[in-house]
Amino acid sequence: MAQKVICTFCGSVCDDVEFDVEEFKPKKFCKLGRSKFSKKERIKAPMIDGKEVSYEEAIQKAAEILVNAKKPLLYGWASTANEAIRLGVILTEKVRGVYDQCASVCHAPGTLAVIEEGIPGASLGAIKNRADLVIFWGSNPMEAHPRHPLRYSMSAKGLLIKGRNDRKVVVVDVRKTKTAKKADVFVQIKPGYDYPVISALRALIKGEDIDVDEVGGVSKEQLKELAEMMKNAKYGVIFYGLGVTQSRGRDRNIENAVKLIQLLNRYTRFVIWPMRGHYNVVGSGEVPAWEVGYQYAIDFSRGYPRFSPAEFSANEVLQREDCDAALVIAADPVAHFPKESVKHLKKIPVIQIDPFPNMTTLVANVVIPSAVYGLEAEGTAYRMDGIPLRVKKVIDTEYWSDEKILEELLKKVVELRGE
Amino acid sequence: MIEVEVISGRTLDQGATVEEKLTDEYFKAVNYCELNEEDYNTLGLAEGDRVKVKTEFGEVVVFAKKSDELPKGVAFIPMGPYANQIIDPSTDSTGMPQYKGIKATIEKTDEKVLSVKELLEVI
Repeated sequence: MAQKVICTFCGSVCDDVEFDVEEFKPKKFCKLGRSKFSKKERIKAPMIDGKEVSYEEAIQKAAEILVNAKKPLLYGWASTANEAIRLGVILTEKVRGVYDQCASVCHAPGTLAVIEEGIPGASLGAIKNRADLVIFWGSNPMEAHPRHPLRYSMSAKGLLIKGRNDRKVVVVDVRKTKTAKKADVFVQIKPGYDYPVISALRALIKGEDIDVDEVGGVSKEQLKELAEMMKNAKYGVIFYGLGVTQSRGRDRNIENAVKLIQLLNRYTRFVIWPMRGHYNVVGSGEVPAWEVGYQYAIDFSRGYPRFSPAEFSANEVLQREDCDAALVIAADPVAHFPKESVKHLKKIPVIQIDPFPNMTTLVANVVIPSAVYGLEAEGTAYRMDGIPLRVKKVIDTEYWSDEKILEELLKKVVELRGE
Repeated sequence: MIEVEVISGRTLDQGATVEEKLTDEYFKAVNYCELNEEDYNTLGLAEGDRVKVKTEFGEVVVFAKKSDELPKGVAFIPMGPYANQIIDPSTDSTGMPQYKGIKATIEKTDEKVLSVKELLEVI
């Protein structure tokens, strides 16, 4: 019989999905969630240099690598539970390493903007109930968060906004994406022109004129229409995605967008929120923030935490060859980092903790398989809007959870350091 | 040969196979480059043809696909190891490489598309 579970794929962390344990069958999930809750190839056993070993042996070897390294990089953390992340932060401090997490190549530019400007945000529930104007800027939920439009943003049934007909949906993007095809208005901009388009909107909303006919491929007329729509909304939201954070301007784009929202709040109610990717990428930033004060790119080599993305983000560390070992957990930097960064990962000892074989497995010296949160292990995850949800364990497994692996690894590290 | 700006990004198929990276399904989900119809025709491409995408930072051979989502002069490669051969690794001190909006040239080629494992060997 199917039981309620919580999906551990994307940042929407759907809590209305079901899973039939006997038949191993997911129900009500989107394509992404279904893939997560389906049977697929696993890392069979812990391995050292390709040879199968016990968990204890693999953890002993991993501890030795971390303790012997001058400055290890501990990277990943977005697809695991808060309890594991907490241990990871403590472990990084113990081995005087660098803590960095997937947002570094995802939404961390938004974190930099928030440090400068703050963020006028809201929970997804508030947005579902109230937003009559939804703008997806450089985000494409139809492919990256398939149930988000249905549950919160496009056709969701809210308290005051009853459905799709009560909402205007705008997409600002370089491509006419699947989401854009479902929008009322599509604003097509040129790659890398988010910043000037936002600046133009700020001017128009303030009532100033702009002395050009187009900005970033968007006609002045269309910009004026969009500015009016934003000003006249009762409750507007911008959901931004990697189209903004990974393009020219990066953090400055978000900073400018937050300033636009601050301005709009002089006329109406408007909020902005990032479309976070992995189910607990919020936790991979929040947990170190409550442990040591920073969200990512944290260096402990001096024995106390320092934050500097220019120096301590994973890509900067790897490209500068400034780490001599790496622990990768719940992530795949070999597939998702530029090749300049992967080059160094191929040269240094790598420890991997993950349920599934991926490209990082191919370069890892120590591989430690783990249980899948939401299915084989329980723990707490933050939904994209910071709401904590307890993800469930519904099936038994021989695999250890990330939490247990890190607990044992931490013990071993303390023992080896003679503390 | 045409000049374009390349962007990389998520797709539904890429997401659905992201935990099965060593399978054929993942390989198929990330090993192509989408082009606007006009650009596709300029290069004289047909289904199954390969293109070489070159930037200041590297080059990669991928399959070519026609897309109705793209304007002329913009190409799209799903996020993953193929796109990451050619993106701009520098982070401008933010920690974030530039995964989107990189100037590139694209030409038709007879060279083969490397497998995920072969790709890792040449890095």
